[in-house]
Amino acid sequence: MKTAVVVFPGSNCENDMVYALGLLGADAELVWHRETDLTEFDGVVLPGGFAHGDYLRTGAIARFSPVMAEVGRMATEGKPVLGICNGFQILCEAGLLPGALVANRDLRFICRPVHVRVEQTNSVLTRAATPGQVLAIPLNSYEGNFTAPPDVLADIDAGNAAVLRYCDADGVVDETTNPNGSAHSIAGLTNAAGNVAGLMPHPERAVEDILGSSDGRVLLESYIATLAAEVPA
Amino acid sequence: MTDPVPAHIQLGMTDDEYQAVIDLLEREPRPAELAMYSVMWSEHCSYKSSRAWLGRFPTEAPWVVVGPGENAGVVDLGDDWLAALRIESHNHPSFVEPYQGAATGVGGILRDIFTMGARPVAVWDPIRFGSLTDPHNRYLLAGVVSGIAGYGNAVGVPTLGGEVEFADPYAKNPLVNVMALGLLKRDQLVLSAASGVGNVAVLLGATTGRDGIGGASILASASFDAESGAKRPSVQIGDPFEEKKLIEACLELYEKGLVVGIQDLGAAGISCATSECAANGGMGMDVDLDDVHLREHDMNAGEILMSESQERMLAIVTPEDVDEVLALAEKWEINASTIGTVTAGGALIVSQDGDVVAEVPAASLSDDAPLYHRAAERPTWLDATWADSAELPAALDVGDALLRMLDDPALGDRSWIYEQYDHQLFLNTVIEPGNDGSLMRIKGTSKGLAVSTDGNGRLCYLDPRRGGARLVYESALNVAVTGARPYAVVDNLNFGNPEKPEVMWQFLETVEGMSEACEALGVPVIGGNVSFYNETDGVDIYPTPVVGMLGFCDPIPTDPPRLDQAADKMVLWIIGPENLTDFAASAYDRVILDHLGGRPTDVDHEIGPQVVAAAADMAHAGAPVLHDVSAGGVAVAVAEICIASRIGVELHDGDWHGWLSEAPHRFLAVLPAGESPDVGDLPAREIGIMGGTQIAFGRHGSALLDIATRTWRDAIPRRMT
Amino acid sequence: MRFRVNITRNEGLSDPEGVETARALADLGYDEVGEVHFGRTITLELSGEDAAAATARVTEMCRRLLANPVIEDYTIEEIE
Repeated sequence: MKTAVVVFPGSNCENDMVYALGLLGADAELVWHRETDLTEFDGVVLPGGFAHGDYLRTGAIARFSPVMAEVGRMATEGKPVLGICNGFQILCEAGLLPGALVANRDLRFICRPVHVRVEQTNSVLTRAATPGQVLAIPLNSYEGNFTAPPDVLADIDAGNAAVLRYCDADGVVDETTNPNGSAHSIAGLTNAAGNVAGLMPHPERAVEDILGSSDGRVLLESYIATLAAEVPA
Repeated sequence: MTDPVPAHIQLGMTDDEYQAVIDLLEREPRPAELAMYSVMWSEHCSYKSSRAWLGRFPTEAPWVVVGPGENAGVVDLGDDWLAALRIESHNHPSFVEPYQGAATGVGGILRDIFTMGARPVAVWDPIRFGSLTDPHNRYLLAGVVSGIAGYGNAVGVPTLGGEVEFADPYAKNPLVNVMALGLLKRDQLVLSAASGVGNVAVLLGATTGRDGIGGASILASASFDAESGAKRPSVQIGDPFEEKKLIEACLELYEKGLVVGIQDLGAAGISCATSECAANGGMGMDVDLDDVHLREHDMNAGEILMSESQERMLAIVTPEDVDEVLALAEKWEINASTIGTVTAGGALIVSQDGDVVAEVPAASLSDDAPLYHRAAERPTWLDATWADSAELPAALDVGDALLRMLDDPALGDRSWIYEQYDHQLFLNTVIEPGNDGSLMRIKGTSKGLAVSTDGNGRLCYLDPRRGGARLVYESALNVAVTGARPYAVVDNLNFGNPEKPEVMWQFLETVEGMSEACEALGVPVIGGNVSFYNETDGVDIYPTPVVGMLGFCDPIPTDPPRLDQAADKMVLWIIGPENLTDFAASAYDRVILDHLGGRPTDVDHEIGPQVVAAAADMAHAGAPVLHDVSAGGVAVAVAEICIASRIGVELHDGDWHGWLSEAPHRFLAVLPAGESPDVGDLPAREIGIMGGTQIAFGRHGSALLDIATRTWRDAIPRRMT
Repeated sequence: MRFRVNITRNEGLSDPEGVETARALADLGYDEVGEVHFGRTITLELSGEDAAAATARVTEMCRRLLANPVIEDYTIEEIE
């Protein structure tokens, strides 16, 4: 069971991702964005960073990288595809997830731990978690504000596609516990089949208590479990 | 009709300096040569007013691998691990354009790190502004912080800490200092010297444009081509994406052993990089400006040589390796041009359009720079200032005073600043911003590194020698409370106009005080930066040395002390010599009395190092909380513990002065009941018990923890909205 | 040929820069300002001389890369 971790020019969380996945027993390998064959991999992670400097729009240029054709194929085939922070932005630009990420409501970069509530456990990101579980995970972004036209938001609600929402330590989801203004406090999202997921907070930064929290483990373990599954998520 | 202003004057040189160039070359300089000498002999590049004195610093220790003089200092961490360290200022550009000034400051210092072969892994930003009551200072603070965040986050280097100070003299002279740390294995260390006749100089990175070329005066100089393109402003624009690609490309070059020497391009651009690479290797270089990849295609030789376009490096490569280097640059999508060849004989010969435009001894650009021993005179106002001690009231409600101090933006919560910085990238941050020193682990090893940056302009204004020494001890204590032992120092010396004797006096006193403290602690100074001319309308900044202290421990404590680990019934201790009377430059004097005067207490070179060692020992022994006592004295230090741990404290009654005086060599410890600090003969006193919902100062008032917390949290945000 | 592409954020979507700028203008006394929306301008220099063909190509560029249809709209004009 092997997962690819894509490196775009400007990505910077790829090594942290490999480290965290390795800590949880997965076999992770870095793949350069010009790679056009991911058939040897059972899943793919798009890590955090600033692919192409976030120029034009965050993720706008990265979505056209040669590797993205393979990412699309894997998504269609039901293989696990995970986008974290910049990776989430790239998946949205590529149309593999709905909506878009724009500037934080308060127009400042946010780097601090936030709480998220698990909304559903049928996705590659959350299958090992329990509904309602509250996790402390670091947020680290300027364009972390999820937005979408009203009809798309309605589809997301109807399809129960939101997998994580921002909340407080007690799991309360409201405007005051929403750090960046994301519509419906959405911190993470999945596609209809549940095999493609994106989230703004960084679970790989919450895998060891010495760094502040290990709540990210359950999310990465969900992804790893999906890698090993005989059938798609 | 008046004579036109001579070119050398327009370029900022004195008549004597110009004559020195003529004597050196034995002829008048060509325009491009004059351009090079003018930038290389500027204060910023040549340190002509400070160089004579910097040798005072103690620079040696068995663990120093590279001392002052290279792009960064390097120390040995054992097991083939090395750390590279540097601090730099970008003061004047940040006043002109705060975002880009700060951003390019970060870019510049990162290049100094990765030019040594190290991956930059962290940055710290000690920054200083005028009071936030003035909207312009709010604008500068917001711009500078955005710039550091915008560049640092995008280039992929976490910012682990820093500090902020507000005082009127910084209003027209904000100080933006940036410190950077890099890690490397010993076999990756690379220096700047060009060696090997016939080796090729490869310019890597961004195109060269007119960024940073000083003022319209140079382009208007009659000596230059009158058709020079539209004048560009002096502000350099940073591109963190370009720098990120450059970092990865260079690290791969080092890994593959493709580089003989490498130098980053900062101040004085190509002039500096080519001459220093050549001179450091005792060689010369032929350079063809036609090969430089340009952003604007009508630049004359002087402009190309002086340009300070960002994100560029100069690599020295053997001819056999050039193709592979160019291919690697292409992979990383960065420009690369072969612009020169290393020669024997020591001459730097620059050509453009087939003509020689400059031919100078390479070493002369740095080695023959002017060296000034400017006059130094003790300020006439100093005695009166020392006599003007704070007038302290007989009685004081310390709870009230504390709340007013927690509302001060330099003492309150700085998360408005540091939450804009990624401080977690690389998964090595063990103690994050908001505590004393930062503590990082090195994944895969048992090693830990701690860093603190410390300055105090008001303190050094009152007594530069004592102030400089106290800052070194404060910095040492800030790393010791994490468990690390002080290991190396880099210093950023920010001063006013050195042509004023009292400023030179302040400079010399500061260097002496810092040196004495470093010697007593056994800590070498491995690099530093001097920023002079921080003066506007005749008003100089306070003498503002900033100490950048690196601490090292192996092993790293498994459970290091943190401010949020105090719990009910634990006991609060103070370790270090008692002092009830030191209010000179104290936060109490500033915030409550709005006064600056008196003479600060001197350091104690016997006790000081012992206190530092004791703190490190206690950290390793598992103390839940250790906290340096500095600005705001014991009262603010206690409040910070209470706020982080969400628990009040009942302090044992005592003289109110004890909670607000600010003498050096003291730290707080919170230990489980029944334990006492294992600190040998050092004074250690129990001063309170954790618990309750108040911060209670015996009969001298109290503050409700909730209110203290809210006040502290709001200090900066309420002024910045 | 030179083209100017104007990209605008669709109405009803989160536009924090617009909100913040409106507030700043109000603080400065421009009470008459209602909503503010941010967009951006991209100028493209194209080789060739067939304006109609070029416009079609630029339209394609907008659809594929320069604008994100989920959140943005665009206009194209040939300039000078």
